[in-house]
Amino acid sequence: MTGPQVEVLLQTLISGLLLGGLYALIGIGMTLIMGVMKIINLAHGELMMVGMYIAYGLFTFFHIDPYLSVIIAAPLLFILGVLLQKYLINPVMKVDSILPENQVILTVGIGMVLANLATIFFSSDYRSTPVDYATKAWYLSDVWKSSPIELSLSFPWTVSFLFSLVITAGLWFFLTKTDTGKSIRATAQDNDAALLMGVHVEKMRVITFGLGSALVGAAGCLFIPIYYLYPDLGGQFTLIAFVITILGGLGSTVGAIVGGIVLGVFESLTSTYIGMGWAPVGRFMIFVAALIFIPGGITSLFRRKRLGR
Amino acid sequence: MKKYLPLILMGLLAMLPLVGINTYLMHIIILVIMWSVIGMSWNLLGGYCGQVSFGHAAFFGVGAYTAGILYNKFQISAWWGLPASIVFVTGFALVIGYICLRLRGPFFALATLAMGVILRVTAENLSFLTEGDLGIMIRERTWVDKTWYYYIILLIAACTFYLVKKVIGSKLGYYFVAIREDQDAAESLGINTTLYKTIALCLSAVITGMAGAFYTNYMGYIDPKVVFALHDISIVAIMIVMVGGVATFWGPVIGSIIMVLLAEGIRSIPNLGAAHHSFFGVLLIVIIIFLPNGIMGDNPKLKKILRWGRTP
Repeated sequence: MTGPQVEVLLQTLISGLLLGGLYALIGIGMTLIMGVMKIINLAHGELMMVGMYIAYGLFTFFHIDPYLSVIIAAPLLFILGVLLQKYLINPVMKVDSILPENQVILTVGIGMVLANLATIFFSSDYRSTPVDYATKAWYLSDVWKSSPIELSLSFPWTVSFLFSLVITAGLWFFLTKTDTGKSIRATAQDNDAALLMGVHVEKMRVITFGLGSALVGAAGCLFIPIYYLYPDLGGQFTLIAFVITILGGLGSTVGAIVGGIVLGVFESLTSTYIGMGWAPVGRFMIFVAALIFIPGGITSLFRRKRLGR
Repeated sequence: MKKYLPLILMGLLAMLPLVGINTYLMHIIILVIMWSVIGMSWNLLGGYCGQVSFGHAAFFGVGAYTAGILYNKFQISAWWGLPASIVFVTGFALVIGYICLRLRGPFFALATLAMGVILRVTAENLSFLTEGDLGIMIRERTWVDKTWYYYIILLIAACTFYLVKKVIGSKLGYYFVAIREDQDAAESLGINTTLYKTIALCLSAVITGMAGAFYTNYMGYIDPKVVFALHDISIVAIMIVMVGGVATFWGPVIGSIIMVLLAEGIRSIPNLGAAHHSFFGVLLIVIIIFLPNGIMGDNPKLKKILRWGRTP
């Protein structure tokens, strides 16, 4: 491999890693909801879209930096998620019907309404937040003068990545160290046992849905400085979140992080070496491959290894 | 009387063009029949076999593109797409089934959704075959008048109805329902669940693909965003069955009448046209909460509510 080729490869890997960090945040929200409530939230991407529009609105009307708007958007999305869970999803979970997938179809309905409302209020124009640091980047040659290859690290991408690391760490702390977090994990492990141990399962479900929405809303705020925004963007991110959860293993938070990074790297490799338009196909190729070869997700590989020893 | 209802209805529908209704109404009726074909096929897989698919647009699109590519690349009539789509769609259904049918419940639903998106992106990018985003245009229409299109789709619908009825009445149908009710129990009774799920998927896919091939001929224009649309094809197929009635013979027909009329109605209201997805979404939410088995499926419940309203 010649110098420029190495440069392209390394640059692709770096941007894939940064993208993967953000994907992980989207995937964690989905996997939390899936683990605790045993339903797939197909409105996940649309909730992210709502978060992005909140950040966009705050930036356009109040000139609040998108990164700061995480603090506002995440609680708003938490409230939205709690309301959705309490008044729409919970009643459906109690209703008896022929098809058990009713909740999934319900979330599709919610997603449709959210996307359509966004179209009505904001029109379907592409929007972005023109922050002044959007094109800023760090270069390897600034640090290491005689380096043989040139690599760059985009400023907004890096900041978004760091933010998502901080949020993930915060979530980890919440889930492992606090009482509520432990109750959520107990509910995910065994609904009935948690109920018998005195965990308020119903409340945990509501909190989890809110938490998942808040996470994906935060991810939306982190995405907006580096991405553009339009009302139908939700669908593709729902699929990304789903691919990540399948890849990582259902209901596993660590799996979601690993899955997100694998997906990010793979996607940026396809768009560099095959073509931009094919990146979504690459995403799903990896999804299909995961279904066929490692149906339990990446975490099942770890587990198998541990059993062998 | 009830036994002959389909025959009587067929006879009445067959005489409909003789009455001389206007072209727009004819268009609506053709759409209603086309959607009820798709609804019936979805119902076969989703309602009876319990495998909820979010990716029927994949089969619809493959059928539509089979007809379109035959016309565009091989210069033969797009009508050959109807028989040809059977072969191609079966092939695609076998591949998709091999990948997705190992998943259960909601995961199957999402995997099929992903399949629909994969095929859309592929169709957008394989421009030497599919003309990419430009789409395929059928430049010569077979008939200007809609009557023959009407008879063709009516024939397809009648065959579909008959097929669904035969399948559900046979042993195969009982296997499907057993799989829906409890897959593990079905397996333990010696039903080869993978085989029968694949059969249900193939049957359902082929019918949807035929509807897709008809769509190409009827509309005269297809592009990946239209025929592989998630919200406008896959979700509408689900909604038709959910609204009409899951696992009922007449549910998809009722559902497609309601959905097509609703879509056309909302689109014709000036300022509300853009909001038709919202209406669909709200309708879907309301139906799932209050009538989870659809209008036909929850018929007794509906009657009770109506009677209760009359004599409080």
